[in-house]
Amino acid sequence: MKEFTYTITDPVGIHARPAGLLTKEVKKYASTFTLTKGDKSADMSKLMKLMSLGVVQGDTVTIKVEGPDEETAAAAVEQFMKDNF
Amino acid sequence: MQVGTGISILNGIAIGKIKIFKAPTYEISDSLVEDPIPELDRYEKARVKAQEQQNALYKKAVKAAGEDSAGIFEFHAEMLDDDDLNDSVKSIIADQKHTAEYAVKQGFANMAQMFKEMDNPYFQARSTDVIDVGNCVLDILLGNDTESMQGTEPCILVAEDLAPSDTVKLDKSKLLGMITREGSSNSHTAILARSMNTPTLIQCKQIDDSWDGKFAILDGYNSCVYVEPTQDLIDTLTAKHNEDLKKEALLKELKGKTNTTIDGRTIKVFANIGGPQDIGAVQENDAEGIGLFRSEFVYLGSTKEPTEDEQFEAYKRVVETLAPKLVVIRTCDIGADKTIDWMNLDHETNPALGYRAIRICLTRKDFFKRQLRALLRASAYGNMGIMFPMIISVREVREAKEILAECRRELENENVKMGNPQIGIMVETPAAVLCADELAEEVDFFSLGTNDLTQYTTAIDRVNAKLEPFADSHHPAVLREIKMTIDAGHRHNCWVGICGELGADLALTETFLRMGIDELSVNAKSVLPLRKEIRSIDLSKPMSEKAQKFMNYLK
Repeated sequence: MKEFTYTITDPVGIHARPAGLLTKEVKKYASTFTLTKGDKSADMSKLMKLMSLGVVQGDTVTIKVEGPDEETAAAAVEQFMKDNF
Repeated sequence: MQVGTGISILNGIAIGKIKIFKAPTYEISDSLVEDPIPELDRYEKARVKAQEQQNALYKKAVKAAGEDSAGIFEFHAEMLDDDDLNDSVKSIIADQKHTAEYAVKQGFANMAQMFKEMDNPYFQARSTDVIDVGNCVLDILLGNDTESMQGTEPCILVAEDLAPSDTVKLDKSKLLGMITREGSSNSHTAILARSMNTPTLIQCKQIDDSWDGKFAILDGYNSCVYVEPTQDLIDTLTAKHNEDLKKEALLKELKGKTNTTIDGRTIKVFANIGGPQDIGAVQENDAEGIGLFRSEFVYLGSTKEPTEDEQFEAYKRVVETLAPKLVVIRTCDIGADKTIDWMNLDHETNPALGYRAIRICLTRKDFFKRQLRALLRASAYGNMGIMFPMIISVREVREAKEILAECRRELENENVKMGNPQIGIMVETPAAVLCADELAEEVDFFSLGTNDLTQYTTAIDRVNAKLEPFADSHHPAVLREIKMTIDAGHRHNCWVGICGELGADLALTETFLRMGIDELSVNAKSVLPLRKEIRSIDLSKPMSEKAQKFMNYLK
């Protein structure tokens, strides 16, 4: 299992369009992705669940990646987060 | 005459007949079906078709409104792939034996409700997106033809609410303006209206079915609509509208053109910005780069000092978005009229001549280094210039450059990638003008901050209204200083620009060109008028009277 944290700098948070791109991105990998904010978590391949967490600027989220390609998957998604949020 | 008021999305005027746009009501029976299998099949087919439609709308919106605003349809298409949403619709069909229509309405409404209950207004506004997508699926199931509802002649559309997909489906050539009773300025419909340049009024509670077919004027400047307006209003607003059209034509005529005089001299016209939020205006007005990016916003918008990473992200966003255009970022210019609590600056009796800008940075080295490291890191993503403000001596420039070099060494050791930003200074003190030759040897460019330069040269506080009779923005001393700075810069291969308000003063454009200026950086909305002025000047002809007067100061 790989795990990393990320603090959202985007002024609107995890918002519509990049959230849609994010779910697309994680679906490329065999691993499962879980994003946790506070006591709530969401499977990152599920767009509506992910947005229901209401992640906004300044929130620190933890992302857990588990699966056969977790090394590359975690690195790619971490980069995606930095580029988009 | 009737008047409706609301919130205006765009400063513009629309004149024409009103057309009431009625969205389908989606009244759906809750009757049950015996066999859910055909209903599941109908849902699946409608879902796939709706997804194709959203992808097509995305392509249409990219053309009509640009990539950023169009993104919402990519989100809509992805929503239709959401497992939770699909499972909830399917279970209403399979477990409760409802029709596909009923299940879609219910399933999407439940999801929309979840967004409505969230704390943040942005996420709340997403409930309309969910309903919009649900309605697209319903239109397919019910065989509704929404595109024919706009009518055949150009009109101002009046509706209870417009979904993003309604908005983008509209034929723009027949759309003068939009008015809705509902809607928020956060909604994607509003965002689309803005980028489609369509005057739009939202939350107009007075709209009425009786308006249908009546002549009206939507005045976006004053956030209202006049139905059957008086002749006076028609005359005034038609004149204003024609002015807008002229401006728009100017934009069309000059976009993509160079800033070249009739005799072939080309200079650069850049824009001044205060933060990433201004990038849109820069692109819209076709500036060739950023001549002054005030970095204060990263400090002012924060309750504590922003981290190096936070600053890096903000600079990177601007530099990367505008690449390969040059982006000149001015380092922290806090002090004087801009103060911040967390910086713990002492109260001063004479702040304009006090502890500010580079003076703070050189004495709070760790603070300065965080910004310089962030800038160096961001420089890897585009074409950057770093500019130091309030310089009065060569010593300060050398010290600032030494600290920058120290940051570069550190980042090299950390294997962080960097670009090669140009280095420049603001010339905004008489001392800098008088030492311009020595300073030019140290840097790649000068940018004249004419507001402070005028204030310090003439000893006139620029915010003191009482001094107005004594102030002269075309003071001979300031014009001489500008010429001295340009000449000194050119003696040492240093380009020279103006980023103060004087740069946008069209009365001086010819004079600046004759002085040999290389760049003018102005507010985004001044870029095209300035371009028009430059393109009308012929330096091979005798000087205009105005320029003659100013150039005489230099003798």
